[in-house]
Amino acid sequence: MSRSNCRWLADLRGRGLPQHEALEALRHVLLRGLRGAIRGADEAFLEDVVQEAQLRILDRLEQFAGRSRFETWATAIAIRIAFDEMRRRRWADISLDSLLATGSNLLLQGEQAAAPERGAERSELVSLMYELIHHQLTAKQRTALMAELHGMPQGEIARHLGSNRNAVYKLTHDARKRLKRGLEAAGYRPLDIAAAFSP
Amino acid sequence: MALSARDTETLVRLVQLTRDQEIDCDDCLQHVAELAEAVLAGRSDPEGLEAVRHHLALCTECNEEFRALKRALAASG
Repeated sequence: MSRSNCRWLADLRGRGLPQHEALEALRHVLLRGLRGAIRGADEAFLEDVVQEAQLRILDRLEQFAGRSRFETWATAIAIRIAFDEMRRRRWADISLDSLLATGSNLLLQGEQAAAPERGAERSELVSLMYELIHHQLTAKQRTALMAELHGMPQGEIARHLGSNRNAVYKLTHDARKRLKRGLEAAGYRPLDIAAAFSP
Repeated sequence: MALSARDTETLVRLVQLTRDQEIDCDDCLQHVAELAEAVLAGRSDPEGLEAVRHHLALCTECNEEFRALKRALAASG
């Protein structure tokens, strides 16, 4: 029988047997959800994720607004923990320095990257983007944006910068705003940009 | 490695989508369960979640986690 949101909250906030039983029920909910979300995942890994998720969920009970089922909200938290860890493992051997070395080359090669055969408009726009990236962004914004563009997850960028995922999102958001203002100041409108990149 | 046309297009697309005010990844996590339930039930997006949709269009990681959450819900019936 499924628990109501109210009962989840009451039992998890409580002590003794009700809390113990709720945590055990939550463990099953999270494991089921993670198995559905991540096919073929190692069970030991999932158990570790569940343990961490239980602690985080208990810590954030006050943030649950009741606009979804409690199980779904809790599963979303467990999935974030699992994916953050999987990304961390996938990117463990890749340094930000090596990625940035590539990034510096990219900036220097901007002119060449704007190949003439792709059209004069597109070439001009690509060159402008390089110009803006190089001159309008702070070094930290450029680092985060280029690393993200090369596929490095925000959590990993944050780890290298001694920051957190939210702060990296804010950093790249500010960078995108500057680039957008730069494009607009140069007279580009969304339709012009769409036209430049149409096949 | 040269910046591919695809990478450049991705950046331009992200810049085009950029708004002055955007929610961050933690805000998205707070609301994504509600959106996933609505999608799985075939309902329209709940009111007030447009900013979540917008964040999902910009944030690769949150989008990946949103798709995983939908798989989890679909698998649990």
